[in-house]
Order: sequence, then structure tokens, then C-alpha cells
Amino acid sequence: MDRQAITSRLKTIFENVLDVDVEITPELSAKDVPEWDSLTHVRLIVTVEKEFKVRFAAAEVSALKNTGDLIDLIERRLHQGR
Amino acid sequence: MSTELYRELKWLPRAPGDLTERVRGLDPLSPSLASDLRTLATHSLDVNGLTRLARFVSRARSTGRTLEPLTPLRIGLIGHGTLDLLAPALIATGLRHGFLLDVTVGKYDQLLQSVLSPDSPVVAAQPDLILLSLDWRALPLTAAPGDAEGGAVAIERAVAFIDQTREAIAANCKATAIVPTVAPPAESVFGSLERALPGTRRWLIDGFNREMGRRVATSTDILLDVAAIAETVGLAEWHDHHQWNLAKLPFAEAFIPLYADHVCRTLAALRGRSRRVLVLDLDNTVWGGVIGDDGLGGIVLAQGDATGEAHLAVQRMALDLRSRGIVLAVCSKNTDEVAREVFRSHPEMLLREQHIAVFQANWNDKATNLRSIASELSLGLDSLVFLDDNPVERGLVRTQLPQVAVPEIGTDPAEYSRTLAAAGYFDLIAFSEEDRKRAEFYDMNARRATLRAQTGDIQSYLASLQMEITFAPFDATGRARIVQLINKSNQFNLTTRRYTAADVERLEADPQSLTLQVRLTDIYGDNGMISVVICRAAGQTTWEIDTWLMSCRVLGRGVEQMVLREILDAARAAGVTTLIGRYIPTERNALVKDHYSNLGFKPVSATSEETVWSLDTTTHIEPAPMTIGRTGGEQDVQVREAQAPTHA
Repeated sequence: MDRQAITSRLKTIFENVLDVDVEITPELSAKDVPEWDSLTHVRLIVTVEKEFKVRFAAAEVSALKNTGDLIDLIERRLHQGR
Repeated sequence: MSTELYRELKWLPRAPGDLTERVRGLDPLSPSLASDLRTLATHSLDVNGLTRLARFVSRARSTGRTLEPLTPLRIGLIGHGTLDLLAPALIATGLRHGFLLDVTVGKYDQLLQSVLSPDSPVVAAQPDLILLSLDWRALPLTAAPGDAEGGAVAIERAVAFIDQTREAIAANCKATAIVPTVAPPAESVFGSLERALPGTRRWLIDGFNREMGRRVATSTDILLDVAAIAETVGLAEWHDHHQWNLAKLPFAEAFIPLYADHVCRTLAALRGRSRRVLVLDLDNTVWGGVIGDDGLGGIVLAQGDATGEAHLAVQRMALDLRSRGIVLAVCSKNTDEVAREVFRSHPEMLLREQHIAVFQANWNDKATNLRSIASELSLGLDSLVFLDDNPVERGLVRTQLPQVAVPEIGTDPAEYSRTLAAAGYFDLIAFSEEDRKRAEFYDMNARRATLRAQTGDIQSYLASLQMEITFAPFDATGRARIVQLINKSNQFNLTTRRYTAADVERLEADPQSLTLQVRLTDIYGDNGMISVVICRAAGQTTWEIDTWLMSCRVLGRGVEQMVLREILDAARAAGVTTLIGRYIPTERNALVKDHYSNLGFKPVSATSEETVWSLDTTTHIEPAPMTIGRTGGEQDVQVREAQAPTHA
């Protein structure tokens, strides 16, 4: 799966979790979306893990600064095969 | 496999693919909003789906909507871990059980403080109930392995702490506490010994749960057996270290919908809304096979037979429920006497006529029969649970009578009883002698209820099934199934004439005969070949219907009308002006006694041996809502045959 495919699946996940339409950009972060609070963030991470069948370490999650980081992380994990 | 049953609440219909659009499409001003919300909530929804629904509810309420007839209830949620994710899940699940919940979440890990301090938002919300969430990691449950005395002290300390919390809830909130048992961790340090060795973690948690259960049972508070839920789905699945570390989720996020459903069942039980009646379909639910076609010796219901055992398990479950006061009823498309005969004389039957309070075996649609059962028992439709293997019947009842609980039960009879139990329709919070005897209060002579006129809109439901009917003449590919149907069908069979494969092969090539093999598909899948017709020339301009049979599974869906239209089309094309129908009564086919008269045929003659009917081929027959396919050649049929289940 390339970055574009990841981004397009993320768009569906974001809209599903946040319940609003969003434009996925690497710079997008929680401060840009009022619905994206810390609790929603938990649902977002859990849903991303479920949808991409991956698991992130707690340290990796807390290091995320924006959506670009998340895409990088997903891509890295998918290429590791787990 | 089985964990999925619980995790995904598989007894509920799968969530619609367009849930987002449906929620967005809800009209906050619609008078049917409460029931629309309840219908949407009565699907298998994950946390995201539940949260979306809850958010809609809070938006609608912020505009002043009150959402009658949902019952408002205020819940305080206090305890260990991050509980905020539970709040929207509880609100949406509450809709499924008829509640409009306000949920106030206490501060993180502040159990006592949340109910002691007058400025606590939980106390300020004046909740009706307070739901505790307890995690083994946060309870003072520690002792040295082998130290029985120290262990007992630790248990007493932990139980006393919860008692103190319950007292504060009663005193400061005037609320009822819902107290959970504690799910033990999946890991042990002693292996099997951990269960037996005093002072170990599992020993302590076991002791705490038992003592807590005992104390709550003798109070006005209510027990929620979270340990049992966790053990049912598997402790290793329930406890998710990753999510605990990530966000201190007290248990795996995937089980929040299940947990919320258990909480709301408890609320429903508290409000006296547990279901009281189990209504059973018969063919392929209570036994394997179709009694009207297979006969007493042909239905599958024996110890030692895998399918038979599965159906016996359904009967055992029904009897277990009856012994704790659940009323049993039957709702089946069958001839009354034929169906009762199984209860009277099949040696393997566990269920007997005296166990059944209302016995509705007839050919009416099931919604009508369920209405009659409810009125016969003087109970509301919301007391009924209806168990049926047929997805079309389930869909019909859900559309016509949304108050009736209709579990999805999958396709494997081995899973029926577990799925029914997993749905928890009959859960109680207290059990009295009166409960135990309730089933006997109802006169146990398997009464037949008086039928009420059908009022629901069956046509629009039929249209929603997106049926496609396909006609083809007899051919080599369909032959085996045609021969099987001709020799097996007893109920919907006008003449009960049996033919061999050689007879059928001759008919395939006979230009003097019209033959039809009829298939039906719908949104639930392919029903396979469901009807067979043979018409023979009886003079220059007359055809006689030699054979007309149909599977009872597709009764009441307009198939007969469509088949007759097809025959009339072919007859007119062949220059035929009169169609003759014949009904030859047998012990089994009373169902179609009025078949020809219902379709507009005129009586020609009637004796005890047979009735003969005729119809002008220009007669207009009203079509039913389905699309028509025709396959004339071998090839088309072969393609379809590959999809349909093949029969020996």
C-alpha cells in the first residue's frame, strides 16, 4: 500500500471517527478539528490499528505530531510486515 | 469464531453500510425520531457507530427535543480507568433498550471522591443509578501467597471499600449502585495452583467476587457480573495491555458495545422490561427438516446426529427458560395437526404440547400470528422474542413489529441456542418464586389464538426483498432437483403426482407439454428451485395443470401469482384459451385447497376425490413486486446451477 492509498483510507477513517468531512494533509492535526479531542484521538488510533491490522507502541503514538507522522508510521509498520 | 458472536453482538442485524448517511439523514423534528433512533441502535454497531448516534442524540436534545416514548434515566459512571469512551456507547445502547440516558462521568480513578464531595459533577447530576467500574489493579487486593488469613483480610478490606462507596452513593446521591465483579487478569504466576492457593491474585479476586455478590444480592443495589462477561469472551481478549498503556482503557475497546449492552439489559430488567415469552418457529428451528414434507420419520431430531443434537439443544434451552418462568409459544407455517403430531408422538422431542402456552401453526404471515400470541397472553409485543431460522421471516417481523426482539441466529443450528442466550433478552436482576411459576400461570393447553386482521404493509416489505424470479423449462441440469421436488413435496402440491427421472426426461422433449422450473433470489440470497409446474395439452385450445408444487419457504411472497402469469402468457402464445386446474386432496395438502379459487379460477366440478377448476387465459393476474428472468437454454441454467446449492 502506497502513501496515496493509506491517505485515502485514512480519510474514510477520520470521517467515520470524527463525524465531519476532513481534507487529509500531512500538516493536519488535532488543533485543526474541534471534534478531535483526546478521547476521539484514542478512538482514532484504535480504529487505525484495526483497519490497517497494525499495532503501535505507546511511545510511537505519543510522538505523533500530525497526520503526516501517522501516515509515516502506518507505512513503516506495513512494510515491516507487522 | 465464538468470541465474535459476543464482540460483534451478532444477534443484532449487521449495521447498514450507509450508517453515516442514515444518521445524517435523521430529521431532528420528525415525530418518529425516537423509534427511528431505536431502530438504528438495534444493529450491531462498533464504538464509532455508537458514538455517532450518541452525538446525534445530544444535538437533537440541545434543540429541546424530548424523545418520547424513550424513558429518561440519569447514570453516573465512576471508577477505575478511562471511562469517557463508555458514555456515548451507553447512550446509544440505551436507545436500543428504550432509554434516553444522561451519563455523567466521574473524575479519573476517583471512586469515593466522586460520590462524597458535594461539588462532584456526579453528585450534582442527581443520578438515578451509579455504575461502578472496578479494575483489579486499583483494588487493595494484595496478600502473600499461602497466607490465608492475610488474604481474607485483604478481601474484607476491598469489599469494605466498595461498601463504603455504596453507602456514600445511597446517602449523597439517593441512587442505586450497579456493582461489578472484577475480571481476573489472564496471567498467572502459579498456573493451576493460583485458583487453590490462598493469597494469590486469582484466589483473592475469586473471593472478592463471591463476597461482593453475596452482599449486593442482599441489598437494594444490583450486581453486574463483568467477570462472567470477560470469561465468556476470554480474559486474554478482554484485557488489552496495549490499550491500557495507551489510554488506560479498563478493557479492550472492541468489547465496549458488549459491555454497554449488558449494562442496558440490567437497566431494562430493573424497569421490568425483560422479555417474557419465547416464540419458536418449528421447521429447521426446533427440529431439522420440514415436517409437512419430510414426515415424522424424516425430520432430524435424534441423539447422536449432529444436526439433531443441535435442534435438541434449542429445545433444552427453551425448557430451561420455561423452568425459570419464560412462557413458550409456537409460531409456524404448518398445518396445525401435522405440527402438533410431532409434539405428541415423536419420541425424541423434549418439548411437549403442555409446555406451549399458545400454539399457532397455520399459513398466515408471522407478524399476524405474533400479534395474536401477544394478545392471547395479554402481554405487549415488547415481551416477545421470536426465534426463526428463516431470514425473510425475521426481516418481515422486524419491519412489521419492531417491538418484537428477533435475533439473527446465523445458519448453523449448533449456534442457535448460544446466540439466543448471548442476547440476554430474559436477564433478570432478581428472581422470585412467582417468576419461577409464571410459565404455569398461563393455561398450558397449547391454545390457538384468535387471529387478528393483518394491518402492516406487507407489499412494501416484499418490494424491499428485491426478489427475482426465474423461469426455465425442464432440462437435464435441473432434472435431479425437479425429480426430488416432485417426489418430496407434500404440502404445496396440488395433485401430488410422483414422477421418475425418466418421466421428467421425456417431458423435457415433449412439445405437447409446458414445463417450468422456477427459482427465486432475494436480498438474503438464492432460494434455489422453489416451484415446479407441468401443463399438458387437453384438447386443441385447453391446457391442464398436471403438476403444480412449491416450497413452503416462499409462501406469502406472490410467487403463485407470478407463476400463473407465466403459464397464462405461454398458454396464450400457444393459442390456448382455457386453463384447467385440479386439486386432489391428500392428508398433507389442505394448505392448497383454495389455491385455484384464490387465484380466480371458476369451479367446474367437485367430488371428495378432487375439485376441478378452469380459468380463461385472458384473465389479468396482478403481478407481485419482483423482477422476472427467463432462461431457455441449457447454458444459462448451468451458470445459475453453479450458484445454487446442489441437491443429491
